[in-house]
Amino acid sequence: MIEVKGIYKQFEDRVVLDDVSAIFNNGVTNLIIGQSGAGKTVLLKCIVGLLQPEKGKIIYDGRDITTMKEQDKIAIRREIGMLFQSAALFDSMSVLENVMFPLDMFSTMTYKERLARARVCLDRVNLIGAQDKSPEELSGGMQKRAAIARAIALEPKYLFCDEPNSGLDPQTSLIIDELIHDITDEYGITTVVNTHDMNSVMNIGDNILFLSNGKLAWKGDKTQILNTDNKTLNEFLFSSEILRQVKEQALNSK
Amino acid sequence: MTPLQNIVTRINIIKRQKIVTLHVVYLKTYKMKLLTESIKTFGSYLLLMKRVLTKPERWTMYFRRTIHEVYQLGVDSIPIVLIISLFIGAALCIQMKTNVESPWMPKFVTGYATREVLLLEFSSTIMSLILAGKVGSNITSEIGAMRVTQQIDALDMMGVNSANFLILPKISGLVFTIPFLVIFSIASGIGGAFLIGKLTGIMTTEELTVGLQHEFNAWFIWYSIIKSFFFAFIITSVASFYGYNVKGGSIEVGKASTNAVVSCSALILFSDIVLTNIMMQ
Repeated sequence: MIEVKGIYKQFEDRVVLDDVSAIFNNGVTNLIIGQSGAGKTVLLKCIVGLLQPEKGKIIYDGRDITTMKEQDKIAIRREIGMLFQSAALFDSMSVLENVMFPLDMFSTMTYKERLARARVCLDRVNLIGAQDKSPEELSGGMQKRAAIARAIALEPKYLFCDEPNSGLDPQTSLIIDELIHDITDEYGITTVVNTHDMNSVMNIGDNILFLSNGKLAWKGDKTQILNTDNKTLNEFLFSSEILRQVKEQALNSK
Repeated sequence: MTPLQNIVTRINIIKRQKIVTLHVVYLKTYKMKLLTESIKTFGSYLLLMKRVLTKPERWTMYFRRTIHEVYQLGVDSIPIVLIISLFIGAALCIQMKTNVESPWMPKFVTGYATREVLLLEFSSTIMSLILAGKVGSNITSEIGAMRVTQQIDALDMMGVNSANFLILPKISGLVFTIPFLVIFSIASGIGGAFLIGKLTGIMTTEELTVGLQHEFNAWFIWYSIIKSFFFAFIITSVASFYGYNVKGGSIEVGKASTNAVVSCSALILFSDIVLTNIMMQ
């Protein structure tokens, strides 16, 4: 469980995050949604410790990382899996070597055990046939899947995904979303996903935070989001005319 | 001059003076900015080196990467070092024969001067300048591209010391191979001198051999190798520094690799003077 308490962050004079609080539970896919520039990425970076907030606390199962020494932060980072927007696979290595990399660096397993573990992870994301390819030979969706395999190799307690669906077609997005959701469920990981993809919100949003201008504007789950009265959230969700009409029809037919 | 004209000229003089003082102030602030910028850059270089020069987390990974870098930075540079040294050795020999040798000079001067130039400056300093172009731009663009595609962030997020993991193998790889490159360069340069003597017939092999062996001082080879260690460290660390701090996209990677080569070259030449002064006096 990760608790975020009253985070405040500003860059020069611009306030990017203003008193944001949230609780991310185990085995739940937590989504952070909002417009570009609303502070999603900054919030995610604060949570993982890449940025230091000016005020507030971030507590990983009782351990506050805002007041922690660099050494202890590194220890916590080894319990974190992170999926970057650009997948960030190491292009000097093959897919299998990429997935084995965290194991090579941190585990005490033998070579055979590491290989077996990497194969299990690749199998979980359905990429076992592409293990000897280099990252640039893979399609966008396959790269994201390989990155997920690498992120779960060390059996992390926490998984962070920054825009996992950017640059992917709707069908592939769906596969990635479901994969993230299933993995979260299976291993009881605390997952935080940063997204602006409405399909993911409807499909996997167990706990949704809506950020607007650096403030937490709405909190809820996928069943509540369609019926909300929150004006800014409605503007964000139904930004196009067609979607607004679809919503009205859906509500009328109920 | 009427009183009115007088006033106008006076005002003009005052105006001009103001512009001049403004200009001076502007130049001063510009110089200050340049100074503070360079101190800042040097400071962040030192901070990066503090992270680089630590114990590797996994020795097996470190050795594997070092061997890879020995190949990529060292072994792959052998052809260019051999070719350039061969040509410079040949050119030096012709220059010394035609321009330095005269009835007032002893016969051995051609071989002697060619050898000394190769040993003292060419095979260490000039060869390092060439490597700064080849290896330096390679390192900066590789690490810069990793930064741009978030691969370095990914390493940091895993809890890996990315500076140490990426840069230390490069430094130790080139520092380990550069003595061999220096020796190859010296040998190839002398080979070039022999070859041109033979091909053009400007001098006999025996004449050149006598010159090459005249008052040979083995310390000069060690001197060359010791200098090259410093140059190898400068090339790899400075180029990595520029790559590691790239912000933005492909244009910045290109700019950084140009800056890296320029800075490496300047630092090599500067440290050459310092080292020569220390070791030759």
